[in-house]
Amino acid sequence: MEKVKTIEEIEEIRTKKRAELDLRVNLKANTVEKHILVCRGTGCTSSKSPKIIENFRKIIEEKGIKNVRVIQTGCFGLCAKGPIVIIRPEDVFYAHVKPEDCEEIINTHIVEGKLVERLLCKDIDGTLVKRLDELNFYKKQQRIALKNCGIIDPEVIDEYIAFDGYKALEKVLTSMTKEQVIEEISNSGLRGRGGAGFPTGKKWSFTAMANADQKYVVCNADEGDPGAFMDRSILEGDPHSVLEAMTIAGYAIGASQGYIYVRAEYPIAVQRLRVAIKQAREYGLLGDNILGTGFKFDIDIRLGAGAFVCGEETALLESIEGRRGQPRLKPPYPANSGLFGKPTLINNVETYANVTRIIINGANWYSSIGTETSKGTKVFALGGNVNNVGLVEVPMGTTLREIVFDIGGGIPNGRKFKAAQTGGPSGGCIPEEHLDTPIDYESLSKIGSMMGSGGLIVMDETKCMVDIARFYLDFTVSESCGKCTPCRIGTKRMLEILERMCEGKAKPGDIEKLEKLANSIKKSAVCGLGQTAPNPVLSTLKYFRNEYEEHVMNGKCPAGYCKALCNLKIQPDKCKGCGLCKRNCPVNAISGEVKQPHVIDTSKCIKCGTCVDKCPFKAIVRG
Amino acid sequence: MINLTIDGKQVQVKENTTILEAARQNGIDIPTLCFLKGINMAGDCRMCIVEIEGRKGFATSCIQVAEEGMVVRTNSPEILEARKTILDLILSNHHIDCLTCVRGGNCELQQLAKKLNIREIEYEGEKLEHEIDDKSPAIVRDFNKCVLCRRCVATCKKVQNVGAIDCTSRGFTSTISTTYDCSLNDVDCTFCGQCIQSCPTGALREKEYINEVWDKINDGDSYVVVQTAPAVRVALGEEFGMKIGTNVKGKMVTALKQLGFDKVFDTNTGADFTIMEEANEFIERLTNGGVLPMITSCSPGWVRFAEKNYPELLDHLSTCKSPHQMFGAIVKSYFAKKYDIDPKKIVMVSVMPCIAKKYEASREEMEVDGLRDVDYVLTTRELARMIRQANIDFENLEDSNFDDPMGEATGAGAIFGTTGGVMEAALRTAADTLEGKDLKDIEYKEIRGEKGIKEATLNIAGKEVKIAVASSLANARKIMDKIKDGKCDYHFIEIMACPGGCVMGGGQPIKDSKTRATVDVRKLRANSLYSIDEKSVIRKSHENPALKQIYKEFFGKAGSHVAHKYLHTSYSKKEKYEI
Amino acid sequence: MEYENCTKCVDKKLIKETNEILSKYSKQKDNLIAILNDIQEKYGYIPKQSQLEISNYLSIPMAEIYGVITFYSRFTTNPKGKYNISVCLGTACFVKGSQSILERAKERLKIEAGKTTDDGLFSIDEVRCVGACGLAPVFMVNDEVYGNATVKELDKVIDEIMAKEGKN
Repeated sequence: MEKVKTIEEIEEIRTKKRAELDLRVNLKANTVEKHILVCRGTGCTSSKSPKIIENFRKIIEEKGIKNVRVIQTGCFGLCAKGPIVIIRPEDVFYAHVKPEDCEEIINTHIVEGKLVERLLCKDIDGTLVKRLDELNFYKKQQRIALKNCGIIDPEVIDEYIAFDGYKALEKVLTSMTKEQVIEEISNSGLRGRGGAGFPTGKKWSFTAMANADQKYVVCNADEGDPGAFMDRSILEGDPHSVLEAMTIAGYAIGASQGYIYVRAEYPIAVQRLRVAIKQAREYGLLGDNILGTGFKFDIDIRLGAGAFVCGEETALLESIEGRRGQPRLKPPYPANSGLFGKPTLINNVETYANVTRIIINGANWYSSIGTETSKGTKVFALGGNVNNVGLVEVPMGTTLREIVFDIGGGIPNGRKFKAAQTGGPSGGCIPEEHLDTPIDYESLSKIGSMMGSGGLIVMDETKCMVDIARFYLDFTVSESCGKCTPCRIGTKRMLEILERMCEGKAKPGDIEKLEKLANSIKKSAVCGLGQTAPNPVLSTLKYFRNEYEEHVMNGKCPAGYCKALCNLKIQPDKCKGCGLCKRNCPVNAISGEVKQPHVIDTSKCIKCGTCVDKCPFKAIVRG
Repeated sequence: MINLTIDGKQVQVKENTTILEAARQNGIDIPTLCFLKGINMAGDCRMCIVEIEGRKGFATSCIQVAEEGMVVRTNSPEILEARKTILDLILSNHHIDCLTCVRGGNCELQQLAKKLNIREIEYEGEKLEHEIDDKSPAIVRDFNKCVLCRRCVATCKKVQNVGAIDCTSRGFTSTISTTYDCSLNDVDCTFCGQCIQSCPTGALREKEYINEVWDKINDGDSYVVVQTAPAVRVALGEEFGMKIGTNVKGKMVTALKQLGFDKVFDTNTGADFTIMEEANEFIERLTNGGVLPMITSCSPGWVRFAEKNYPELLDHLSTCKSPHQMFGAIVKSYFAKKYDIDPKKIVMVSVMPCIAKKYEASREEMEVDGLRDVDYVLTTRELARMIRQANIDFENLEDSNFDDPMGEATGAGAIFGTTGGVMEAALRTAADTLEGKDLKDIEYKEIRGEKGIKEATLNIAGKEVKIAVASSLANARKIMDKIKDGKCDYHFIEIMACPGGCVMGGGQPIKDSKTRATVDVRKLRANSLYSIDEKSVIRKSHENPALKQIYKEFFGKAGSHVAHKYLHTSYSKKEKYEI
Repeated sequence: MEYENCTKCVDKKLIKETNEILSKYSKQKDNLIAILNDIQEKYGYIPKQSQLEISNYLSIPMAEIYGVITFYSRFTTNPKGKYNISVCLGTACFVKGSQSILERAKERLKIEAGKTTDDGLFSIDEVRCVGACGLAPVFMVNDEVYGNATVKELDKVIDEIMAKEGKN
């Protein structure tokens, strides 16, 4: 690739490419071309989307079909329906596509011009959906950070440029001072999307004010919250938006070097970033004299190696410097003394992903979205016991109920909602009564949870809240860096108490002990991980205290989840003797004649619950 | 100056003073555990937390700098409760056996438990179990008593630049350990023992040889000779509540005699021998084009460091044995013959301020004609334990003198115990020899003091002699890297492994973190040695009459064949890791 | 075959290969984690010999390197099994029952998570979110992802591998 030396040259690429790609966003695009878009996000890739792409290309070549291109894209969002294929410009959406379906899609859709009805997606209410935007899932969403995900091929820089890519950088370098850039970000009201919600403009201005010969821009892509994959999807679907924003940040704070710290467990994201950086360098959009303006900035990748705590900004810096990821005590803050002791700006992926749109559309536009204190949108990774598992981006202020029920399509298997967990191991469980809380930083922390990076796990009535607390503590204990006493030993002791409860070995007073210890750790731990580790416990104690009491006082698990406190039983009146449970039992613990009520041998049963899920008559219960 | 309020008291402190320092300067104590001034200031343990008005959460007083107008509370009920919980947690993972622990009574954790009035452990749970590492001849590592303060890690890494131990694993299973959890014996540890000095509990301690020594004293057949290093006499008293740096030579000798040693000798005399040989070796190298710079070799931690890290530069090390090894060899040869004692029955015990001497005594080179130079090395602390065991009322002992014929040492031998002392002692003899006269100006003040590396250029007999004195292995590494890069024009270098020299050796009485932060222990002990030197009638090693007699009767002259047999040694490359 | 069994030859090869990796990096200490990632990728674990070479090259004590290796869960000092079963314990998978799958794997193979069977055939890893939350619960055998997994399916996979490897 040739270096793009001037603004005019990049504008030329943009205009040409934009016309070519109009069909991606315009239903009525004036073209004979068709683009078959296949999701190559991690989820769909795991279910063989690369093979789908390969098959499409092979069939098209064999059949000599013209004017059809197969494009890999980032995540469309509705992971539950993956692998997803979308054909544009008509925007037809096929779900759960298998590699062997490619032939039929080509023959029926492309050649004959008809829909492959069996692959169309059914919405929760059963209606057949033809187009993506007809799905309820998308109706309340607004995509800013995910704007290009599912639209462009993330490995082709021209496609990014076509959709206003690097236009913000152009604007910044040619017509804005550093102060103006920071002011724009400040006025937009953008706050850190990593969880704590620190005003981004403030962070930029602190780092800009620090005096040093060298400063750094760091992107925190160490998304370790289990069940969260927002940042990964952005990097996989639109890596240049992060590179561009980091470059803008470099200009604003006076840095010439950036680092992206990304988990090695995200191989696709890492590879896309590598390609993107290479292409940006080749175009001269990274390196010396960017777009002929004399501004110099470059970005390198640093891989994490499996430590949740490295998402904490100072631990991340330690890790980039090649050491154990143990947080540093603050102050000094990274804005004054960060990477290699130099002033450093650290933002998370999603935060950066908002920057280019703010620059292009202006702070006023951005701050018109959202609530009083929280502006713009937030991406959530919606998972757990919810129908539409996937990635959603909603304006701040959207309620949890809207996300779980309108977008997420509610709880599967006719079960009841019990709690929504936000903020991962640092957050809390939110019960039904608070479902109408509008999502913003303040209101979530007021109800004992936190925004967090965007994991949103839905739990149905079969989940035991004591066990959920135990799960999170188990996570924290194994991810604690071990540096400070409260987190190193305190969380372990909390876990031991929770384990006792789940095993029916709790002692009177354990709840009070747990609560006291939780409050103490919250105040005395060194870093954010330790200080927030008790949240899952404190929030469940607040909203589901009776479940704790049942475990401790009566040795019962009301949800019927804790294995030591309950057995699986087949209710003879409901059992039709179909034998499905018997066939699916991994340990052959179920016996019974056909059409006769079956029984479970509790001495053999491992309480895995397979039979409960398999039983068509809901005859098997825990208790 | 900064004005702030601590516990309602208006105080004024210098800029960049931490809250902890500010409080202590004003008579308010804040408990600490992981804090070790200048070495470990990481704020990990959370004992020193305080409240600052208007701030969320607790502040870490050992790091947080005092700011104008701050209002600090160090003892609110909430803080006291939080500290208690933290200590409770630490104790819940601690193998509590204070009654039999070597640090019982001198343990910072125990002091904290007392201070915070811990009566029971509320949060009992799993305790980590680790095997005790006692493979090395010098250091025992008992992780079961570790509180993860990491003072030892910081000391090993920052002060010594060795890094034999580090934090491994993470979370609750975090451990202070070596690579692959090997014994210290098999890794890059030099046995300097500074980690023991830093340890607030009994997790790191010396390998004790007290019982073996008692057995020899009591077996009725052995002739047990003890020698004491110069630095021991200025520190032993601290174990009995005396002021830091008190010279207890007379009481110490009396105590040793009461313990039942057959002879009580002074290692300072051994030091005089070392100077005779070393000064001679230096003059030889200087005048005959030998390998320069020559580096002293009386610090075994340093020698092991050199053998593991700079095997290609071992020619620079003086071949002289260290004073106590020389002395041991002399006792088992000259002394045994002169007094007609079967040398095989002689048991040589050295009381040293040093941990690495235990290892040094076990080196295979330290043997002449099948006789070990030294059989047992005890630290200053172990001697104190023996004295307590024997119910000796140390403070009220009468003074007595070291035994003849080697009882009278010089001032030069005394200052061996502090950084710069070996060099100064050697220069006194070398300068006299080179100049051929009895020089009066014998105090080399430029190489005294606490600086890690001290340099001087001297004019001796018309020759420019460049010297350097380094203490701590981190400083040793700096010097060695310079030599390696060919950028070193010194002629003579003194290196001691412990920062400050032997007075601050790993075997000396352990001072808690607060004492180390507020008192210059090194200076007090070193000054005591300099004052011994000042008061000495004879201040040059080569003028020691006993020494002159022994050279006359036994060795001939310095550097002779016989001297080499008994007083010199050799070095060889040691694998850094035998894992 | 003799070559493979001779520890000296293996060490030599390891040292050569490690140094090839090292030569791509400067001697800056902050390269440690990147180098360890490369070695882990190449061998599936970080051999002691490689660590000694790294220690020498970057002038970082072995204890510190060991401290870093044992801190990050991606790094291991023991070879993984030929078939590494990783069970996702991310929240999305957990609430859909991945714990049972993990328990079953441990029960079947009689090893704890993080360990390798004596015959070197299997190892089990607990992983935190492989990013396939849409397919939860998920387990992986080496790079192959099994979505919407059940205990039964795990059994089947293990049985097939055992049959293929001539066990049982």
